[in-house]
Amino acid sequence: MDALTTPFLTGSANGAILLMAALGLTLTFGQMGVINMANGEFLMAGAYATYVTQQVVSSTGISIVVAIPVAFLVAGLLGLLLEATIIQWMYERPLDTLLVTVGVAMVLQQLAKDIFGAQGDPVNAPSWLRGSITVFGYAWPHRQLLTIVLALAVLGGLSGLLKYSSFGRRIRATVQNRELAETVGVSTRSVDRMTFFLGSGMAGIGGVAIALISGTNPTLGTTYIIPAFLVVVAGGVGQIKGTVIAAWVVGVATAYLTDWTSGSMAQVISFALVVVFLQLRPQGLFTVRTRALA
Amino acid sequence: MTTTVADVNDAPSRPARTAAAFSPAALLRSHGSLLLIAALAVMLLVWAPNSLSVFRLGNLGKYCSWALAAVGIGLAWGRGGMLVLGQGVFFGLGGYAMAMHMKLEAAGPGRVPDFMELYGDSTMPLWWEPFRSGPFTLFAIVALPALVSFVMGYAVLKRGVKGAYFAILTQAMAVAFATLLVATIKQTGGFNGLNTFTTFFGQNLYDPAVQKNLYLITAGMLIVCLVVVWQFNRSRYGELLVATRDAEERVRFLGYDPANIKLVAFMTAAVMASIGGAMFAPLVGIISPSDVNATASIMMIAGVALGGRASLLGPAVGAIAVGFGQSALSERFPTNWVYFQGGLFVVVILLLPGGIASVGAKVRDLRPRRRPAALTVTEAEVVA
Repeated sequence: MDALTTPFLTGSANGAILLMAALGLTLTFGQMGVINMANGEFLMAGAYATYVTQQVVSSTGISIVVAIPVAFLVAGLLGLLLEATIIQWMYERPLDTLLVTVGVAMVLQQLAKDIFGAQGDPVNAPSWLRGSITVFGYAWPHRQLLTIVLALAVLGGLSGLLKYSSFGRRIRATVQNRELAETVGVSTRSVDRMTFFLGSGMAGIGGVAIALISGTNPTLGTTYIIPAFLVVVAGGVGQIKGTVIAAWVVGVATAYLTDWTSGSMAQVISFALVVVFLQLRPQGLFTVRTRALA
Repeated sequence: MTTTVADVNDAPSRPARTAAAFSPAALLRSHGSLLLIAALAVMLLVWAPNSLSVFRLGNLGKYCSWALAAVGIGLAWGRGGMLVLGQGVFFGLGGYAMAMHMKLEAAGPGRVPDFMELYGDSTMPLWWEPFRSGPFTLFAIVALPALVSFVMGYAVLKRGVKGAYFAILTQAMAVAFATLLVATIKQTGGFNGLNTFTTFFGQNLYDPAVQKNLYLITAGMLIVCLVVVWQFNRSRYGELLVATRDAEERVRFLGYDPANIKLVAFMTAAVMASIGGAMFAPLVGIISPSDVNATASIMMIAGVALGGRASLLGPAVGAIAVGFGQSALSERFPTNWVYFQGGLFVVVILLLPGGIASVGAKVRDLRPRRRPAALTVTEAEVVA
């Protein structure tokens, strides 16, 4: 029983982190066609924000609660800065945004190394997060449970925002038909900026979860960015429903494969599985039906 | 699956081109790029060997091996619009194939490479055995990347996966490949890769004359690949490739399969990267996962972007320049090198997407046009 439940639970937690990283990617990709390779570094920024908050607020219990909005703001503002300085000039050339943001990611990583040192820093979990609950005989750490709770909260917040707020309505209008949205008075420029802020901020919250599980590290973004993109590709661009399912499936499948083979083989196999999956559904799990070609 | 390409080559060449070939001005226009390649050939094959030390020549050889990959990227990305972020995989296939052969040569007949005795139980995996043969190794250096890129390209391109999706998948491929190499320490040397070679097809690698010849082979291969790409670009296939990049749907409606067109460019790029890797291993004396992982693959792109992705010589010259800059700057400012690297991407892609090759055209655009009348006539001619 243990061999079946353990990968399922740890994989779900990993999938939750992937989801928080992938939501921003799929939003910016779906709405603006921008491929943000620096999103992994926004996870890192969130993790370091958690670390710094803990240095300022000594009580670990309060610092984690404070760190969540701080990480959201820090990563979100970084994203806003990226949009304002570089991305806004490149909306005509979406494929090139991928390379530019690779350069930005390099710079951000080196910045983190220069500021915080090449070694990672540990983040102390408060006492109420150090325990574990027993699920089918497996002691499941509270930290992994919190990761899932965080992801669900982010997901709920985003869905609610998109569905009920006027800002969400403007986002949906821009995604569906940019020209028409502009015609009826939506400022697509500011909508784009806000989407970028939101997407980056969500990655920042993912960073809080990573900091609690494995501490900070200047290069932690690189470990998550490719799996997060595979999630976006498999889930269907701009599709929140698809992203949620794909993140969870990739997280759990990788955990099982790691259990059966090894961490590196799991990576190779999950890549092969995504390629095979694209044979069946080249546009990902869910697609927007349009009259456009291909 | 090659029907499209065959159709293209079988098609009679247009009369305009045949007729124009007799006038000297037209000859310069159509073959002028060959002069540029010849100039580069003189620099790399005549000037450099006679004026650089063997050490510097070895470095230049290393840059040329990256340039080989870059020339392929120029074809796939600049001409074909496929952003290939995983060329390290093909670079690695060639590099490891050559390195395996050299390891077996160093071990001697019937013996296993030293690292296998060190890490494992001195049993050699069966798939190492054919690499004892030199001819097989040379064959594998071309055939392996062609096969892998065909399978990957066929699976992905035939299903219409393109643009960013394609780029991400190729990068994921590089991540998976490097992870696999690191994990299989008993079979591939793991993180350390393959190193300490002694001979290259029976020639002593420590002999300066052999090192010089290695450089000459690499630079020669680079020139050959440039001529191949030049021929590609001026053929009907090259026009189809650019057409697919710019308007894939129109090409499809004309009856061609864009996937086949792109597949040929992707496979050619893979083979060129593999040849580069195969020369990298003996020139540098090591091939390891860090030479072929996602970061290394991205750095191969950097030179192409800097030089000019769609130009003929841009990718090669850019790759050599980036290699040169990397050694010069990382020696002088080891900690700041990454900022240069990242900044290079941002500045070049953002401000100069056509690379250095487009500077001339940009400057020309800035100048006021003095003869608008003549321009209208040319446009009218084009339309007619």
